[in-house]
Amino acid sequence: MTELTLPGGTTVAVPDQGAVDAAWRSVQLARHPQRPRMLDLIPRIFDDFMELHGDRSFRDDPAIVGGPALLDGRPVMVIGHQKGSDTESNIMRNFGSAHPEGFRKAQRLMRLADKLGLPVVTFLDTAGAFPGPAAEERGQAEAIASSIKLMTGIQVPTVVVIVGEGGSGGALAIGVGDRVLALENAVYSVISPEGCAAILWRAPEAAPIAAAAMRMTATDQLELGVIDGIIDEPGEGAHTDHDATARAIKRALLEALTTIGATATAELLTSRYARLRHIGSYTEAGAPGAEPEPPSLRHRIGRILRLPGVPRRPRWSEIWPSGEDGGESEDET
Amino acid sequence: MPIKFPFSRRRAGPTDAWTKCPSCEQQVFNKQLERNLRVCPHCGHHFRMGIGERIELLLDEGSFVERDATLESGDPLRFADQKPYPDRVEAAKVKTGLREAAVWGTGAIDGQRVAIGLFDFRFMGGSMGSVVGEKVARCFEAALAERLPAIIVSASGGARMQEGTLSLLQLAKTTAPLVRLDEAGVPFISILTDPTTGGVLASFASLGDAVIAEPKALIGFAGARVASGTVGEELPEGFQTAEFLLEHGFVDMISARAELRSTLSRLLHLLPVAPVEEIEREEAHAWGPIGVLSGFAERVGGAVSETIGIKVEPDAAGSSNGDRPARSPNDAEPATTEDER
Repeated sequence: MTELTLPGGTTVAVPDQGAVDAAWRSVQLARHPQRPRMLDLIPRIFDDFMELHGDRSFRDDPAIVGGPALLDGRPVMVIGHQKGSDTESNIMRNFGSAHPEGFRKAQRLMRLADKLGLPVVTFLDTAGAFPGPAAEERGQAEAIASSIKLMTGIQVPTVVVIVGEGGSGGALAIGVGDRVLALENAVYSVISPEGCAAILWRAPEAAPIAAAAMRMTATDQLELGVIDGIIDEPGEGAHTDHDATARAIKRALLEALTTIGATATAELLTSRYARLRHIGSYTEAGAPGAEPEPPSLRHRIGRILRLPGVPRRPRWSEIWPSGEDGGESEDET
Repeated sequence: MPIKFPFSRRRAGPTDAWTKCPSCEQQVFNKQLERNLRVCPHCGHHFRMGIGERIELLLDEGSFVERDATLESGDPLRFADQKPYPDRVEAAKVKTGLREAAVWGTGAIDGQRVAIGLFDFRFMGGSMGSVVGEKVARCFEAALAERLPAIIVSASGGARMQEGTLSLLQLAKTTAPLVRLDEAGVPFISILTDPTTGGVLASFASLGDAVIAEPKALIGFAGARVASGTVGEELPEGFQTAEFLLEHGFVDMISARAELRSTLSRLLHLLPVAPVEEIEREEAHAWGPIGVLSGFAERVGGAVSETIGIKVEPDAAGSSNGDRPARSPNDAEPATTEDER
C-alpha cells in the first residue's frame, strides 16, 4: 500500500495504485480537449440533422443541442450535451453545463419524439448541471427531476451513449434509456472526483483516489450493471480519430435500435421500469418466520389496563429519538 | 476521593438541557423545545426533527406501521475513504437508532390512510443510497397497489457518494413509479424540510402533485458552498430557502410545523385518490398477503374495539429491547381506531 502526500502535509493511503492510475487516466481522456463532441460526431454518424432551438418558455440553452436526424435513413431524435472546443466556444456552451432551460428543451424534443414515434438517442458529456443562482432560481432540480420522469415514461425506444463525462444529475437528466452504452474511456459518476475528494478526503488533490473509489470507469460501470455495453475507442483514445469513433458509435446505435426497436411498446416500458427498479445493492431479511412472535394476550390486555410488569408500548420518538443534527453532509450536485 | 453532593449529579448535564437557537441565538430549554414541536419559542426557527417525532406530529396515534424495516445497505463498491463505508453506516446506526436514512410505512391522518416515507438527516446526511431509494420506490408502489395517497417527508443532502452511480440511479428508480401514480390517479404530496438538496430534490421531492415546505428550510439543487465555489458569485439574500422557492414557483405553500398536520389533512380531502372501477379495486386489494391481512385485521380489529368500547393499542412486538418493532399482522389494527383529536 502506497501513500500520497497532499500539499497540506497530510498523507492519504492509496489502496491500489494500479486502479487509481487507470481511473484517473480515464477521467483525463474523458475530459481531453480534442475528444469528439456531440456536434463533431453528428455529421459523421447521421445522414441529416436539423437543430431545433429553445425551450419555448425562457431561452435557448447552447449547452444542450438537439433535433431530428436520419440514422441510416431512419428518423430519430438526437439530444446531447455540447461542450466547446476552445475558450470562446466553451463560454458560449457554458462548458457543457446546462441550465434548467436546457433540460426543458430536451423535454420538449422528447415529447415531440414521443408524439411522432421517433426513437430517442442521447449523448452524455457534461461535468454536471450548472449550480449557479440563475439555475436555482429557474428550478434546476425540478428541471432534472421532470426530465428523468419523462424519460422513464416515453413510449419510444431510447438509447443513451456516454461520450465523455457523465456527471451526476446533469447527465442522468437525459440519461435514462432502454440501452445505456459508454465509450471505452468515458466516465460516469454521482459527483465529480474533485468534489468527492473535497468532501470525504477534505483535499481536492485526492481526486484520483476518489475516482478509483467511486469506480467511475466504463468497465466498472458495466460490472455494476449501470451500463449495458462499451464501445471501443480507436488507438490511444477517441481524440485521435473522430471518424473511427463515430463509425463505432453508429454501429452500436444501429445494433441497439434494431434489438429494442422490435420490442412492443408495453414490453419496452415494463423492461425499462424493471431495469431501473433492480439497480441497487441491499440485503433484506426475507423470511416471515424471522419476525418476532406477536405479543401474548396477557401483554395486550395488560398494556391497556397498565398492569405492572407489562412493558408500555414505546412512542416512536422514543424508538427513534431526535438528537443533535449530524454535522457532515453528504450533499452532491 | 472527591466528595459527592446530591446536586453534583444534576450539574453533570447542563449543556444537554439547553439548546442554542441558531437563528436568534437564545438559549432554549430542551423540554420546552420538544413540547413546542422543536420550534424555537422566541423566533419560530424550525429545528430539524427525527422520524419518530415526525410520525407523532403527522399521523394518528398508533396508526403507523413500518414496512420493509429489514432493508440494509450493501457495499457494492467496497468504498473506503478515511473510513470504510460499512463503518460509516454502522456509526450512523448507533447514533440514530435507525437502520437507514429513511423509513416508510402506512398510517392515517385524521382517519385517512396514507403511504408515508420519512427521512432523517442525522443518518449520513439523509443521503439516498440503494436502501433509501428502494424504500421510496416501494412506498410509491404500495400507494399504487393499495390506492393510498403517497407522502414523502424529505430531509437529505442528496445522493450517497459511497454507492457511486448506483446512488445516482436511485433518482430514476424513485421517479419512475410516479409515472404510474399519474396514470392511476393516485396523488403524491411532497414535504420538504430542512435541508432538502441534491439528488433527492432533483428527483421525486420536486415532483409532488402538491409540494409543501417548512418555513426557512434550506432547499436547493447544489449546496450553497458548491454554488458559490463554482460560480464565484455573491449569492442573493435568502437564496435556496423555502420562501425563495415559493416566490419562484417551485413549492405550493409553506406550512408552519404546528399547522402541517391540518394542512395535510385538508389537502388529502381536496386531492382524493381518483375513483376506480370495482374490478380494478378488487385487483388492487389482492396485492399481497399484507394488503389482505391488514384489510382483514382492520375490519376485525375495528369491529371488536368498537363493540367493547376500548381502544386497542397497536403492538410494537418485542420492543422492550429498544429495537424497532417489526411488522406483524396485529400492527394493522389501529388504522380504524378512533383518535382523540
